[in-house]
Amino acid sequence: MAVFSRGFGERRRESDPRLPPGQYLTEDFPVLSAGPTPDIDTGEWRFTIRTETGDDTTWTWDELQALPIEDIDTDIHCVTRWTKLGTSWRGVSLDTLFEGIDTSVEYAMAHSYGGYTTNIPLEDLLGGQAWIAFEFDGEPLDPEHGGPARLLVPHLYFWKSAKWLRALVLTEHDDPGFWEQNGYHLHGDPWTEERYW
Amino acid sequence: MTGSRRAVWREAAVVESIPSTSRSRVLRLQAPGWPGSLPGQHVDVRLTAEDGYQAVRSYSLGLAGDGESIELGVAEVPDGEVSPYLVHDIAPGDALEVLGPLGGYFVWHEDDPSPVQLIAGGSGIVPLRAMARARVAAATSQPFRLLVSVKTPEDAIYREDLEVLGADGGVDLTWAYTRAAPEGWKGRAGRVTAEILDAAVWPVAEDPLIFVCGPTGFVEFVARTLVARGHPAGRIKTERFGGA
Repeated sequence: MAVFSRGFGERRRESDPRLPPGQYLTEDFPVLSAGPTPDIDTGEWRFTIRTETGDDTTWTWDELQALPIEDIDTDIHCVTRWTKLGTSWRGVSLDTLFEGIDTSVEYAMAHSYGGYTTNIPLEDLLGGQAWIAFEFDGEPLDPEHGGPARLLVPHLYFWKSAKWLRALVLTEHDDPGFWEQNGYHLHGDPWTEERYW
Repeated sequence: MTGSRRAVWREAAVVESIPSTSRSRVLRLQAPGWPGSLPGQHVDVRLTAEDGYQAVRSYSLGLAGDGESIELGVAEVPDGEVSPYLVHDIAPGDALEVLGPLGGYFVWHEDDPSPVQLIAGGSGIVPLRAMARARVAAATSQPFRLLVSVKTPEDAIYREDLEVLGADGGVDLTWAYTRAAPEGWKGRAGRVTAEILDAAVWPVAEDPLIFVCGPTGFVEFVARTLVARGHPAGRIKTERFGGA
């Protein structure tokens, strides 16, 4: 569509092949949360995977830390259109956490402390694509950014990387989570601009 | 406006451009096919340069309602790419594209009987002003309180409009100034404190629905303080902008 804005474009940014369509680069790390930031003590923290049969596997903070920890260098893309390149994280791969999990369903709902939810297909969570992250830039993850631990699924828009992660509940159907019920796409691939429904 | 219509890019024309402060502007657009919006929603704005280069940003809507007109309140972001153009350059008759309305959570519904508490930091006032205006338009009687924190009186987007809402629009309006207060003002200039919140915000017993919008540090402080005072986290809706 040829809708030109007269005189626009003088302050344009460098383009970058790492930038998905409709995104712009930021050096900041903006915060987007629908409500107050919860306070979570790592002594009380638990992470649970619940299968479709109701079987729970739960890790304490110390148990999580005892698992193999990976360094993750990745770009992150927010549906509000900022992209931050070259972020560095540490965390535990979901492949590691799913090693002993027996399931035959294809979807997961991430649940957070504070009540947030987001739905993600298992095929986006496994195969070296997703982690529980607890360090950003060499420091413990700030509560504002999801600390003590958040989901990190950097190949999807960042609302899928649920802050303050508490559980993954495996489900037969791809039910919409919090933002997905509030106008955002069920899947959220930034390279095909799966932003809104 | 049902909120269920799929959002598509629509052409829009600038109808009015109203300077609000030295670094912000209210833009009124006409967008054929625009489905209307709910108070608190936002819109994606796409600009295309004559060589085809495009940039997109999200802006809060300053006015909700049915019809094909759109009102944006835009504050200039230092070193920004899009906001300086919208605040200083664009003029009536110019074209752009809009996608929306967007967002279904940070929204006030006129049939919700709760008392409402609005708390704005800087340009975070824009979606909250849409809520206060919507209450007037709906002629409903939920009590509204609005706390607005700005650097100085000259930095307040929609200042005169908010004064009108405070005087006869049924909104209990409190200003807070972080750098410089107007002459004759009784308070002290400085960041919003727990004491300011205690004085301006509905008590927990009134079970208000609370909307907080502003820079990250401001929203974090306000939301944490309100939770500590006993407001349920689920009654506090937030929108943050800027890095942390």
